[in-house]
Parts: sequence; C-alpha cells; structure tokens
Amino acid sequence: MASLHSYLLVSGLLFAIGLAGVVLRRNIIVIFMCLELMLSAANLTLVAFSRFNGKDGLPDYNGQMLVFFVITVAAAEVAVGLAIIVALYRARQTINTEDLTSMRG
Amino acid sequence: MPLALFWFFAIVMLVGGLAVVSLRNPVASALSMVASFVGLAGLFIGLNAFFVGIIQILVYAGAIMVLFIFIIMLLDLQTEEKRAPKLAPVLGGLGIVLAFSIQLIGILSKTPNIKSEPLDLAAASASYADKSPGISSKLAAGHLPDVNLIGDVLFKGYNLPLQIVGVLLLVSTVGVVVLSKRQTT
Repeated sequence: MASLHSYLLVSGLLFAIGLAGVVLRRNIIVIFMCLELMLSAANLTLVAFSRFNGKDGLPDYNGQMLVFFVITVAAAEVAVGLAIIVALYRARQTINTEDLTSMRG
Repeated sequence: MPLALFWFFAIVMLVGGLAVVSLRNPVASALSMVASFVGLAGLFIGLNAFFVGIIQILVYAGAIMVLFIFIIMLLDLQTEEKRAPKLAPVLGGLGIVLAFSIQLIGILSKTPNIKSEPLDLAAASASYADKSPGISSKLAAGHLPDVNLIGDVLFKGYNLPLQIVGVLLLVSTVGVVVLSKRQTT
C-alpha cells in the first residue's frame, strides 16, 4: 500500500499542474478549471493526512469535514464565477485575458 | 489499496490534469478534467474515504463539470486562435512552478513518511460503544460505516458551520440569478 509520501507527491504535482495552467493559459474558463484542480489537490492532501494520522483505529474525520466544506464552497464559487464570466462575455464579447486590460494601471 | 491501483489512479489524475492545461479546445479540457476527477475519486476511495470519493464524482465530475460544459456551449467557444505567447509570462510561470516543485521535494524530505496500517475496527468499535451503539455494532461486524461516521461528526461537531454553508449556498444562488439577469434599465 502506498505511503504518505506518495500521496503528498502526487497531490503536489497536481497542484503544480493547476498552477501552471493558471499562469500560462489565456482562456478564462480554462483558468477557472485549473483553479478547481488546485482545490482538488489540496483536498487529496487533507484526506491523505486524515487517513494516515488516524486515531482509535479510524481515520481522523475532522480532516474529511474540511474536505466536505471545501467542496461545498467550491461549488458555490463555480456557480458565481461562471455567472461573472457570462456577464463579462456579454459586455466584452471575449474571454481572452489578454483582451481584458481595462483595469491595468 | 494495492500499489498498482494507486499508481494507476494517480497517473489517470495527473495525465488528465496535464491534458486540461495543454489542450487548446475548451471542451476537450473540460472532458479531460472529468477523467482527472475520476482518478482523484479512485484515490479517495483507496484512502477509505468512501463518502468523499462519491461526493467527488457526484458534485465535481457530475454537477460542476456539466456547468462548465454548459457555459462553454452557451458562449459558443471555438478552439482559441493561436497567438504568439509572450516570453516573460511563460518564463515567469514555469519559474514559479519549478520553485514550487523544488519546495515540494524539501517538504517531502522533512515530513515523516508514515506507513499505512490497516484500520483497527475493533478498537474503534470499543471507543464508539457508549457514544453510538449502531455505529459500534457495524464496526464490530468488520464494516467501515463511513457515511454514518461522517454524519456523526458533521451533525454533532460541525452543526453551526454546516448551517452557515447552507446560507452561503443560498446567497450564491441568489447572486447568480441577479448576475445573469439581463439588465433592462
């Protein structure tokens, strides 16, 4: 069975992939998806620690509670974020971040 | 979970993530993200977190990704046209990711590498004997009643945060309706 380090390594790599997507991509919907990837990587870390630092022979369920709340807040975030993207597209007819520079100083 | 299954799901997850970042068509990105989330749910279930794994499939791979694909369809996005990438952001982005990966190696060398032990259900059954006889009897029978345990912790220890999250979902629903209503004034 895999040890804690394997899980941490895999979730760290997933986080790095998501971070690379956020920095490199120009499509705002894909940037949003990469944000979700980063949240999921954090969830994997939480569940791995909850399983490997169990007490009384069970996983530590406080960690899984945090994952539950993260997933709930992420769902709300996706709904609001996509509504903002739709409003943005209506106003500007683009979702390329290079064309959205009106707040650049 | 056997080591081979762990690496199978991990590679499905990582390849899915790489495809999200590298594919040019947003619909292809969204579908490879579903693959990534299915691999992640497999890892959750391998960690005995059955409830979180099922939620990952239902909420992320189901609801959230349908929302993404629906918005992509609504905006009628085609494959984005190739633009010459500016060198500075690309180099900066790769630099940040490289620094993060190096830091990851440092953290891994300092964290104790805990080997996994099988869950001790008999001890858990004894600790739940006076708190909840139903959970205790299931544990004594050798099953892990994951959803019962999560419900026990959620409604006894996290009742107020649960209600606050409910209000948050209501507020975000109202916010989405307000945002997507076409302004007529």
